[in-house]
Amino acid sequence: MSEVLVLVDHTDGEAKKVTFELLSAARRLGEPAAVVVGAPGTAAKLRDALARHGAAKVYAAESDEATNVLVTPKVDALATLAERVSPAAVLVPSTLEGKEVAGRLAVRIGGGLLVEAVDVVADGGDVVVTQSVFGGSYVVKAKATKGTPVISVRPGSIDVEPAEGAAAEESVELPALDAAKHGRITDRQPVVGGDRPELTEASVVVSGGRGVGSAENFEIVEKLADALGAAVGASRAAVDSGYYPHQFQVGQTGKTVSPQLYIALGISGAIQHRAGMQTSKTIVAVNKDPEAPIFEIADFGVVGDLFKVAPQLTEEVTKRKG
Amino acid sequence: MNIVVLVKQVPDTWSERKLTDADHTLDREAADAVLDEINERAVEEALRIKEAQGGEVTVVSMGPDRATDAIRKALSMGADKAVHVSDEALHGSDAVQTARVLAKAIGTVEGYDLILAGNEATDGRAGAVPAMIAELLGLPQLTQARKVSFDGSTVTVERETEEGLTTVQASLPAVVSVTEKINEPRYPSFKGIMAAKKKPVNTVTVADLGIDAGEVGLAGALTTVLEAAPKPPRTAGERVEDDGTGGTKIAEYLVGQKLI
Ligand SMILES: Cc1cc2nc3c(=O)[nH]c(=O)nc-3n(C[C@H](O)[C@H](O)[C@H](O)COP(=O)(O)OP(=O)(O)OC[C@H]3O[C@@H](n4cnc5c(N)ncnc54)[C@H](O)[C@@H]3O)c2cc1C
Ligand SMILES: Nc1ncnc2c1ncn2[C@@H]1O[C@H](COP(=O)(O)O)[C@@H](O)[C@H]1O
Repeated sequence: MSEVLVLVDHTDGEAKKVTFELLSAARRLGEPAAVVVGAPGTAAKLRDALARHGAAKVYAAESDEATNVLVTPKVDALATLAERVSPAAVLVPSTLEGKEVAGRLAVRIGGGLLVEAVDVVADGGDVVVTQSVFGGSYVVKAKATKGTPVISVRPGSIDVEPAEGAAAEESVELPALDAAKHGRITDRQPVVGGDRPELTEASVVVSGGRGVGSAENFEIVEKLADALGAAVGASRAAVDSGYYPHQFQVGQTGKTVSPQLYIALGISGAIQHRAGMQTSKTIVAVNKDPEAPIFEIADFGVVGDLFKVAPQLTEEVTKRKG
Repeated sequence: MNIVVLVKQVPDTWSERKLTDADHTLDREAADAVLDEINERAVEEALRIKEAQGGEVTVVSMGPDRATDAIRKALSMGADKAVHVSDEALHGSDAVQTARVLAKAIGTVEGYDLILAGNEATDGRAGAVPAMIAELLGLPQLTQARKVSFDGSTVTVERETEEGLTTVQASLPAVVSVTEKINEPRYPSFKGIMAAKKKPVNTVTVADLGIDAGEVGLAGALTTVLEAAPKPPRTAGERVEDDGTGGTKIAEYLVGQKLI
């Protein structure tokens, strides 16, 4: 059975959920082989978790250098392995960096690039991906016709299925880096996670828009989110007004989310916002304007003041969870 | 500083975007075509750098004839000249092919120090072309920048991703892609619009770039679309006026749906 290379997404040796999603997808296509790029010792930290999710192999491409250079060490590791094992496919997370890794790798190995897959299946000898395009208004099936398929998979779209894997460790030598060809990381301010789930991984998302009115008022959105165990999102207008940080923006130029439940507070529902959330299973909206387009796609809408409705909902949820 | 800015004409996100039934490529007739907003920001950044340091701004775009409108918009904002790769053979090119063509087109611009691009196009959302160009040209990649600064021949960017903020440094020439937090693009002035009409646009074919027509477009693509279907639009569900019990009603609805 061919190997399927999976780029491990991790923070200092702690795997992100998307890594397990990719391993689950890889098992449908062949033998999952996890590729860890990081500082020496990283693969050892990750090994158990990768084994529990079906990784037959764990390739360790480790060097101190690798952590100070953007993107290219990951491309180097995957390209080296792609040549060595001729994988059935390479899977990377469809994060901002993952998409860049995928693009460079496809160029380097002459493989077909398939971005933002929401599903991956084996079909005869082919790997067929499903993509949701134009903000979920089209569903497309595609495959690579030349070279190894290089696929970026959208976080949160594949169910994690635990499985036992041997996780046999093997090290991969990273080529020396030519300083003239790379950006060097001189400073890092990681996102402090907090207790909330990640936006693209959460099964419930509560988002606030311009209607929330201020950064302080976003506490109302956060309180409801915390009662529901949800992630917090924001519209671009809320981000542009400085109410909430950019990384939480949902929409065309922000994150695409597809949770079980999406609650929109004070968001008009412009087409570009809908592009990032209209594939959510259930949508609830609170807006004081009965004409707001968000109501056209909401399964349950309340025409009213979010400052009254949201706190009452928070209280009800807390009561029921008791 | 001589700057190349990569700009793309895309279907307006405000209009309904469609794929053609024939070959599942973008239906260019269905939606209004505009200069992608992120590329307005890339042009704006190029102009600010030029205003501070001097030099020339060259716009490079690959797209059908009508992409001229997007190129003119960039010129009317203040870019100096343009290279437009336009060729029937390009129809249906995928990201790898697009990057290869753009890398060649960039090669026709003499003495560039910086290549600026948007981080992600609103149509294909590949979010990869700038990185792919860096790969092809063997240049440092400083992508997802919300801030760009220079010190002699060193460029520094503040990169923003899901991981947080990183400061990344490289020496020029380099490829920089910008996010929507980079700046607010200017509107073209009347004078700028008039001046743009006279600015040079060098329209080239793939043959002019030394690329074989069989390597680009649907025929040479490394990927293929097997099927594409519009998703039925969502319909509105229940809607109530808040009579003081709106929050409770949502809670009851969520209980009914087994969501809490
Ligand atoms: C290329 C491009 C990309 C874009 N990308 C994105 C994107 O990724 N994400 C995104 O969100 N937008 C995006 N936009 C912007 C989008 O067009 C809208 O401008 C934006 O979504 C509006 O945000 P909003 O709904 O919060 O603000 P508004 O449209 O101003 O709506 C605020 C809403 O709050 C309601 N409201 C006010 N007070 C209250 C109250 N007390 N109680 C209840 N309701 C109240 C109002 O009735 C109104 O409907 C993009 C635009 C373009 C051109
Ligand atoms: N056909 C094209 N012509 C010129 N620039 C492009 C083209 N396609 C992509 N780009 C550039 O690459 C950026 C990212 O696009 P993408 O990787 O396709 O999401 C865009 O914002 C442009 O700056």
